Amino acid sequence: MSEEYLPDNDGRFGVYGGRYVAETLVPALDELAKQYKFIKKDKNFSEEFRNDLIHYVGRPSPLYFAKRWTEQLGGAKVYLKREDLNHTGAHKINNTVGQILLAKHMGKKRIIAETGAGQHGVASATVAARHGLDCVVYMGEEDIKRQSLNVFRMKLLGAEVVGVNSGTRTLKDAMNEAMRDWVTNVDDTYYIIGSVAGPHPYPEIVRDFNSVVGEEVIEQSKNEIGKNPDVLIACVGGGSNALGLFYPFIKSKEVRLIGVEAGGLGLSTGKHAAPLSDGKEGVLHGMRTYLMQDESGQILETHSVSAGLDYPGVGPEHSWLKDTGRAEYVVADDEEALDAFRELTKIEGIMPALETAHGLAYVKKLAPTMKSDQTIVVNVSGRGDKDINTVAAIEGIEL
Amino acid sequence: MKRIKKKFDELSSNDSKALITYIVAGDPDLDTTFNIMNCMVEEGADIIEIGIPFSDPMAEGVSIQKGHERALLNKTSIKDALNLVSKFRNLNKTTPVVFMGYMNTFESMGVKELCKAAADQGVDGLLIVDMPHEESNEFSSEAENNGIDVIRLIAPTTDISRARQICDLSSGYIYYISVKGITGSNDLDSEDVRQKVNLLGSATDLPIAIGFGIKDSDSALSVKDLADGIVAGSVFVDLIGEGGDTIRKIANKTKELYLAIK
Repeated sequence: MSEEYLPDNDGRFGVYGGRYVAETLVPALDELAKQYKFIKKDKNFSEEFRNDLIHYVGRPSPLYFAKRWTEQLGGAKVYLKREDLNHTGAHKINNTVGQILLAKHMGKKRIIAETGAGQHGVASATVAARHGLDCVVYMGEEDIKRQSLNVFRMKLLGAEVVGVNSGTRTLKDAMNEAMRDWVTNVDDTYYIIGSVAGPHPYPEIVRDFNSVVGEEVIEQSKNEIGKNPDVLIACVGGGSNALGLFYPFIKSKEVRLIGVEAGGLGLSTGKHAAPLSDGKEGVLHGMRTYLMQDESGQILETHSVSAGLDYPGVGPEHSWLKDTGRAEYVVADDEEALDAFRELTKIEGIMPALETAHGLAYVKKLAPTMKSDQTIVVNVSGRGDKDINTVAAIEGIEL
Repeated sequence: MKRIKKKFDELSSNDSKALITYIVAGDPDLDTTFNIMNCMVEEGADIIEIGIPFSDPMAEGVSIQKGHERALLNKTSIKDALNLVSKFRNLNKTTPVVFMGYMNTFESMGVKELCKAAADQGVDGLLIVDMPHEESNEFSSEAENNGIDVIRLIAPTTDISRARQICDLSSGYIYYISVKGITGSNDLDSEDVRQKVNLLGSATDLPIAIGFGIKDSDSALSVKDLADGIVAGSVFVDLIGEGGDTIRKIANKTKELYLAIK
């Protein structure tokens, strides 16, 4: 686990973060924070977590030099951190493997989770199956349509998938519904939040469990590059894969950290999911952070071709990293992401998730401007099998 | 004297309980909300809680979520709700009005500006659902500066030492959530509520109102002796959702609850 940094004792990253929830949940969050603090220092827990990461998840994931893509881009060397090779096909499993141990330690019998693209839902259903716990996954009806493959996977894993019909019927509404479930069943239920979002201590817990990604990159870079990479790039929805990669590097000031938000149909159209690039501070889902909202404080509908980035908020630590200037945030729109999706598939034989493709789209822009002795590491946060229906539909193909 | 305190003092000198009713501003439109407020007062409501519509009302059950959605179809904002209270105050100077909602809409016009405008227009209290006391410094001080009460929630999961902290920071009344769950829940356990509220009574001199799960004369009767008032919300928002002769239905329901607790 990484060394102590932020949040402070109130769960704050600067002004961001905190714990804006109904009173019923405050004692549950207090208890979670207390138990997490304990378990974080517990040797048995660390050992079990490490062991599961190696033998169940399949870590470490490779740091792969994308030789042909690098040659085509004609600039910096591009390395791919292959989180797509993890069990269940994305970085999301790192967090759920950790949180399920926490849930068991706390004696909880029932797991709930929210999901957008379905990757976190699958990762939660997977660890619940392995530990024999009941699992309910909340998912917006809109996302259920977009991600039918993952819905079926979750059902095969024994989870109940509950469609959410309120609001925009996407990830944010799934999170509202999971919160409502939690507040009702708080005694026996553990809520596995899937991103570095939500009330304290979730942003810290999810970051810590994902930071194995960045820790491995530090070691792998030493061996393969001989030094730290110059630039780290990751897509940002809630921001868990990005923080997992960035966090262990925050103190290494020479490394540029670049998060790529979903530009949707373009920032100027308003139809996007880029709160850091085009939003303002507010409170949603228990945290203070950058949000997409109107002047009356209503949360705006978002748009992205990728369900996993289709979220109007972002983890509070990203808001803080933006304000302090430690990380930079840019956007890639739907078109650019789809181009990068096709390009990486063809040139490296690696089909990335559409979420990941946003990060790759920015690699395409940045790499040619850099020198050949410089390196970029981009987090391939997930694999793209789940997205083939979406991509086929865009190409007018019926599968 | 502040309106909320005055109201509870009056009720207590008559050995009577407060009927607190909740509807969402602008559900289905602001004129109807205005008419419902007056009708509720007419039929015996003592305090009116006005829900401020929010796109993501996390603590609400389906009934009130739908109320928020209907109100947002006309883009009802907290500024509209302030104008609504101003209009209500032209006719009614005595019935306390409390704004209930979520942090993001309350902050949207600025905390200081909101508290000042609320005082100017005749709002008596603020109840921000997703604002535990640790996150409430700015609202507490601005509300106090403007003579506005900050009503806080205490839940079945709140232990007594935390409940004492909350009571110390509260004004107006204490809102005790009678069930672990969201608004409109069904399984109100009056014995459990009795024990918790008795304990709370030892922690505060403020009046205690019980809410969540009160929808008819039976559920109202089951908790009325436990506290100083009851809150009913989902049942009214459901009636608005049904449509038809809304005002008459709301009048009947208000009267039913009034008769049950008086």
